[in-house]
Amino acid sequence: MSYFAFLSEHGPTMLLGTVMTIKVLVCATLLYVIISIIFGLMRISKNPIIQGIATGYIEFFRGTSLLVQLFWFYYVLPFFGVSLEAFTAGVVAIGMNFGAYGAEIVRGGILAVPKGQWEGAFALNFTPAKRMRKIIIPQIFPIILPPAANLTVELLKATALVALVTVVDLTFEAKQINSITWLSAQCFGTALLIYYIISRFFLVPFLRWLEVLAARKVGKDKV
Amino acid sequence: MNAEWRWDFTFEILPKMLWATLNTIMAAGIGYAIAMVVGLIFLIGQRTPFKIINMINREIVEFIRSTPLLIQLFFVYFVLPQFGITLSAWVCGMITIGLHFGTYLSEVYRGALEGVPKTQWEACRALNFSTIYTYRRIVLPQAFPIAIPGMGNYLVGIFKDTPLLSTIGVAELFHAATAVGGYHYRYLEPYTMVGLIFLTLSIPAAMWIRKIEKDVNLAQGKIKKEKV
Repeated sequence: MSYFAFLSEHGPTMLLGTVMTIKVLVCATLLYVIISIIFGLMRISKNPIIQGIATGYIEFFRGTSLLVQLFWFYYVLPFFGVSLEAFTAGVVAIGMNFGAYGAEIVRGGILAVPKGQWEGAFALNFTPAKRMRKIIIPQIFPIILPPAANLTVELLKATALVALVTVVDLTFEAKQINSITWLSAQCFGTALLIYYIISRFFLVPFLRWLEVLAARKVGKDKV
Repeated sequence: MNAEWRWDFTFEILPKMLWATLNTIMAAGIGYAIAMVVGLIFLIGQRTPFKIINMINREIVEFIRSTPLLIQLFFVYFVLPQFGITLSAWVCGMITIGLHFGTYLSEVYRGALEGVPKTQWEACRALNFSTIYTYRRIVLPQAFPIAIPGMGNYLVGIFKDTPLLSTIGVAELFHAATAVGGYHYRYLEPYTMVGLIFLTLSIPAAMWIRKIEKDVNLAQGKIKKEKV
């Protein structure tokens, strides 16, 4: 069977899987960004309880494997009466796992804002909330976007794991087609290629564009 | 199905889980050793003066880095036999992990080498040191501490990615948990224990790496010893 015959027969199925992969990617990215910001801010809080919660969360999710967390969410939570759909479990597990990594990036970004900016805001008698919102947060984007972009590419790769909890994504379809046709080279090769194309020609350029945008916003590109 | 934690069941499966943990540690260790060598190969590919090799090297690294480890595992495991190369799940897993993380480690090496100031090279040139001597006595000792955090992170990273090996049937910790869970139809204890075992291993490992990082920096005089 030639590769083109393979593509014309199984291509549509793989495309459907790709759509699901992108759905997981988008949902998990939104979740991880929100979690990163919340826990990143909690992490620099002066209140030891809030800081402790954030540190515990981050250490826990960074210390265990994503696959274990995913299976835990999908197979163990029903024991506690919380049944998540496979898709939800996948998005929540990935989002919470990457949120822990992202929180550290956000924390690093906030601490990397020059001290003079904090002092300036303080001197101008800004409230802490306003200081964060108007002065510090807008400046952290150029700092955190490059590492966050790497993390997002990692997240795209991590979405492949949701296939193991029966989400019908690209990996799942590839496995399925493999078990029907035994054309392993074609189906896994195509899947690898699709992931590569998503990452190289869509995700990475988009993130670079965001970086340029953020740098322009604070006037860093003109220096 | 109830949410009650059963201690008798926990202790019944504990020995099995601990044995499997040894397998996990072994897999991470071997995978890391291979990754270090592969990283070196990619680094050499990157630093050779031939433009075409540099380009091919970069594309390969880029490709491996931007595709999921899971599918790479399947690819190696299912495709190689079609070309008449039949390898055990263990070997496939180790090769794939080595290749995958080798690309990351090559970046760590590169970053570390570039972190050594250019003036150091120029000084060695001026003193007429040979290239090998320059690497051995001047550049590598300075590059090493820069590489430590990254290398340590990827050691922990490999450790946390070993559960993926269970998908091709390597009998490591996660595989054992799934098997035990399926046999008794109780997933609460096995999966929770896997999580806890991972935590008890990876948090001290991360702390240990941070300590080494500090020690090396101290020995290099980059940071001052804190006054007690």
